[in-house]
Amino acid sequence: MSWVLVALGAWALGWWVNSRLAASPLARTQGGKLAVPVIFGLTILILWEGLVRGLNVSPVILPPPSAVAVRFAESLPILWGDFVQTAVKGALSGYLIGCAAAFATAIVIDRSPFLQRGLLPVGNFVAALPIVGIAPIMVMWFGFDWQSKAAVVVVMVFFPMLVNTIAGLKASDAMQRDLMATYSASYTQTLLKLRLPAAMPFVFNGLKIASTLALIGAIVAEFFGSPTVGMGFRINASIGQLALDMIWAEIVVAAIAGSAFYGLVAMIEKRVTFWHPSQRT
Amino acid sequence: MRHVVPVLTVVLAIVVIWYAAAVGLNRAWIYDQAARAGVEPVTGMALVVETWNQERPVLPAPHQVVTELVKSTFGMAPTSKRSLVYHGWITLSATLLGFAMGTAMGILLAVGIIHNRAMDMSVMPWAIASQTIPILAIAPMIIVVLNSVGLQGLVPKAIISAYLSFFPVVVGMVKGLRSPDQMQLDLLQTYFASRSEVFWKLRLPSSMPYLFTSLKVGMAASLVGAIVGELPTGAVAGLGARLLSGSYYGQTVQIWAALFAAAVVAAGMVMLIGMVERGTLKRMGMAR
Repeated sequence: MSWVLVALGAWALGWWVNSRLAASPLARTQGGKLAVPVIFGLTILILWEGLVRGLNVSPVILPPPSAVAVRFAESLPILWGDFVQTAVKGALSGYLIGCAAAFATAIVIDRSPFLQRGLLPVGNFVAALPIVGIAPIMVMWFGFDWQSKAAVVVVMVFFPMLVNTIAGLKASDAMQRDLMATYSASYTQTLLKLRLPAAMPFVFNGLKIASTLALIGAIVAEFFGSPTVGMGFRINASIGQLALDMIWAEIVVAAIAGSAFYGLVAMIEKRVTFWHPSQRT
Repeated sequence: MRHVVPVLTVVLAIVVIWYAAAVGLNRAWIYDQAARAGVEPVTGMALVVETWNQERPVLPAPHQVVTELVKSTFGMAPTSKRSLVYHGWITLSATLLGFAMGTAMGILLAVGIIHNRAMDMSVMPWAIASQTIPILAIAPMIIVVLNSVGLQGLVPKAIISAYLSFFPVVVGMVKGLRSPDQMQLDLLQTYFASRSEVFWKLRLPSSMPYLFTSLKVGMAASLVGAIVGELPTGAVAGLGARLLSGSYYGQTVQIWAALFAAAVVAAGMVMLIGMVERGTLKRMGMAR
């Protein structure tokens, strides 16, 4: 019982501190903006730990965070192997191929308004479909190893990226294009010096959406068959053994990988589109 | 109207490429069979026709998929285990339940976030960060855990759907409820409007376009959630189960038919939301 009381006390304390912080002038500083969510996250963890211990929740249903942390530290080599298999080989290679292909396609069909009018609605339609469903087909075509996962990721990231790049290539306004015309710039020059830079905010929007899709695609594709390594395989296998702490450790890896990937894309975006209003503070 | 011809052209091109790819990918099996039987493989048109009508092709031709789709949608009683209507409804009901739960929770949390600064600063960064996390990875675990406490069938899948549609709605609604500009807020202040009046008469109406945009994203996400939620329990029922059993037994046509059924369901739902959106925004005088 005392664990529950400690947990609820920690929760109340954390909430009180956060309310005070949010109301104080500290909330406007960089440190305050960082501290409040961190405190909130910590209180959630303490609450979770306390409730699981206090109420004697079976570790088969919900392991306490401390058990997950222990498991995480113990099985670092396994987790690293899974990460390399799923995130690097499967997701990253698929992401690079898919985004590059979509970018190239967008530039090719940019010259034809007819194709654009035709492909945009189709692309928007496909982008809303449950594309993970092609996973079993890709596993059948490309085998159990990472190639099939990369193929799923390629298809998943292609359409959001295509739609965003096409929208981006239209982003420069008529005045700017007229200026290029008065300079007698060729199509290539206009593309390289005006339209591609102007398209970058859209391109990065697509890259960011694709970065989350890529990891999901690679993990779900492993549910349909994989070698005995990989995050999706480990999750599926651990369910059979009811090793929930292992699953949570994999989820931690997925969360870290996903956020780091997204953060990396966002960082590159900041460097490339420094001129865009949304990047100025 | 000006979109119809280009779209049809693109769709037609896809179908043509599909048929051509079916010839290329299914050819090997025919050569293999002919070599085993010790006869010359068929050539020319006969070969092409044969690649389009295999029992278990590597890539089924479009007409095979459509035939299977029509057969298993209209050709069977909706209660039959081989009917796609049966499986589709199981997936759709979990999707809709989860979507409703996720949307309701998302809107409530968004209302809390805009009215409480501490909540905004604590929860919002996590809500945004959670979008970068492959939440779907948790799906099998939720199913198994809920199974062990006695919850089966519809609810666990709906919880995954709810979880997936929850975050887009939170992020969209917070943006939408904050979309009225200072001028409008000042005007309501001069009218001496209370907080709840500001909410009902200004914030909520102006959040509608954002709400519908995130509803569309959330609907697509919750359908994916329901399908993935059907995988770990083994192939019992639902479109995800059809995908899984198809991949176990090499029934490619069945996989493609289930995939198309999922696509039709997703497109139908998103279109339905789009229609409600147009109707609502028109009534509110916000139609674009």
